[in-house]
Amino acid sequence: MNPPDAGPTRGDGSASGGSGGDEGAKIIVLRPRSRRAEREAARLSGPQPPPPPRREAGAHRAESPPEPDEPARPRSADERLADFLGFVRRRLTGDYTVDDFGFDPELTERVLLPAARLAYERWFSIELRGLENIPMDGGALVVANHSGVLPFDAVMLQVAVHDYAERWLRLLVADIVYEMPVLSHLVRKGGHTLAAPADAARLLADGELVGVFPEGYKGIGKPFRDRYRLQRFGRGGFATAAIRAHAPIVPCAIVGAEEIYPKIGDLRPLARLLGVPYFPITPIFPLLGPLGAIPLPTRWIIEFGAPIDTADFDRASADDPVAVFNLTNEVRDTIQQQLSRLVVERGSVFRRDPG
Amino acid sequence: MARTVLVTGVSRYLGREVAGALQADPSVERVVGVDFQVPERPLGRMEFVRTDPQGTGLGRVVADARPDTVVHLGLIAMPESAGGRGPMKENNVVAGMQLVAACQESASVRRLVVRSTSAVYGSAASAPSLYTEDMQPVEAPRTGYARDAVEVERYVRGLRRRRSDISVAVLRFVNFMGPGVDSPLTRYLRLPVVPRVLGHDPRIQFIHTDDGVEVIRRMAFSADSGVFNATARGMMLLSQCLRRAGRAELPVPEPGLRMLAGLARGSGLSDYSPEQLRLLCHGRGVDGTRLEETLAWKPRYSCVEAYDTFLAAHGMGSARQAELFDRLTRPLTAAPRVGGEQ
Repeated sequence: MNPPDAGPTRGDGSASGGSGGDEGAKIIVLRPRSRRAEREAARLSGPQPPPPPRREAGAHRAESPPEPDEPARPRSADERLADFLGFVRRRLTGDYTVDDFGFDPELTERVLLPAARLAYERWFSIELRGLENIPMDGGALVVANHSGVLPFDAVMLQVAVHDYAERWLRLLVADIVYEMPVLSHLVRKGGHTLAAPADAARLLADGELVGVFPEGYKGIGKPFRDRYRLQRFGRGGFATAAIRAHAPIVPCAIVGAEEIYPKIGDLRPLARLLGVPYFPITPIFPLLGPLGAIPLPTRWIIEFGAPIDTADFDRASADDPVAVFNLTNEVRDTIQQQLSRLVVERGSVFRRDPG
Repeated sequence: MARTVLVTGVSRYLGREVAGALQADPSVERVVGVDFQVPERPLGRMEFVRTDPQGTGLGRVVADARPDTVVHLGLIAMPESAGGRGPMKENNVVAGMQLVAACQESASVRRLVVRSTSAVYGSAASAPSLYTEDMQPVEAPRTGYARDAVEVERYVRGLRRRRSDISVAVLRFVNFMGPGVDSPLTRYLRLPVVPRVLGHDPRIQFIHTDDGVEVIRRMAFSADSGVFNATARGMMLLSQCLRRAGRAELPVPEPGLRMLAGLARGSGLSDYSPEQLRLLCHGRGVDGTRLEETLAWKPRYSCVEAYDTFLAAHGMGSARQAELFDRLTRPLTAAPRVGGEQ
């Protein structure tokens, strides 16, 4: 099972199944390296600047030659070394800042994201669509389907939003994660926080891009036979938060995470024993032991749909179950339709060269 | 308006500083200090009254002194400063109750300022990132200092119900930080090797003592009622605190640390209550916006700045580590350009 060669460019994405159609979803093919170099250059000029404004969001960049308009700063080895040593020195001496949620942008940028980016670029084959639907600034709520036994979809979504939409994605995470050693603080340092109304409201009020998976465990832990069938969207807490903050909702469909661990069974007693929501059995786990824990290198499509405006809602209707329920259903239906379409458009789960 | 201010807890750092600040104010005619310990240093023109730890005399003190403003700073965080957990609880809860009762009986008191602590929010994995004053704690503290503060706040709420003519401000302070601070946290941070919980990195907030004194002073002269979180701006992580302090850290799994804490308590070296251990796992954050808006004032020090004053006062810091790092990496950067950053 060799990881298919993702290659330096994501050209494969551009050929797949046409343009995906009606709502102007576009295929984005970018070179993350150059973007990052640009960002790092920007960071060096100040301690922690916010991500620079996105340029020509959602444009087709597949045909553009290398380094067309970017500053193209080929930094010398010396500069890179000095930069790296400076980073290590700041870590050693505690010379960095975290925000109120414990978010450590420098650590995320330098350590957490590069690790996740390896999986994004080298292991999975991920195509992005509809990036222009992510607001350039201001509070917004990205609502996505959840799948794959382990939250690779959440990590990949953060990489996608950071690298290609130039924004930090602040995910709302189940509280069980904060009980777990190591994960608890890494997740906070990565910019995410507890899935609680207070935290969601605070992030949206701060103008952050907030990500949420309303299905929760029911989504990520569902059996393989239920793949791409959205589970219940909780009680619509995300809709309440969006209405209160008048933040647009960006429906997001993630195809491909369902197949990374095809969960065909669940050892409930063992799960109870370990205090986790489920203990999955996949065709290779626990059969192959730790090897079986390697996710399958699937083809993904992450599509951001047209934002659903909530500014027309009366803020008082955040407490109105009917309004919340209707909005929740609207978002859920949108994502379900996206999913159904994208699964067809993706074609094979693994094949790289469609058509 | 000539004021008479009664301040409790004047034998310890915060009370002494606040009493000093109040005395320096021309509008204050008289400051009466109360504590169950005799202050170590002279207190200027302040009158001092000694009570017992249960605060049985407080009713008479308040009746005699006829203060219009009462500033209650009697809350003790460390058992050893009271002579054990028993006396500490008496001082915190029983004396607190006595004082609140005295205020309720008094005809002169118009203003009550109570020092409480953000520990009343407890510390839990599923707690919101920042507590505002109106939020209920996910897990209310059950023991120790934090529980004492919860009790005192309960008495104060009762007073507010019964005496609506008295304006009451309850100040929930985060950890005090500054050159002269001696608290469980500063003792912990000053350990030669600091044990911390493996796999957890709690968020911690500080407020500089100067800012804390200023908050209390301003609140004593204000008429704003309510509960207020008092914190500096910013947030720190424990790991960051330890690195800035240049402290060696010893990550210990949680059960191990509990045992270690038990040992430390047994040997009388230090005191770690279950609350503090929870704090070392999950941390806590509070939102200080309401206080800043009410007083139209901002703390002078940020969390990091407050912490650095503490480090400087104790000769702690990461300068040695930085120097060592620079020396070790000098061969790598020995090119024309030297230095870690551009």
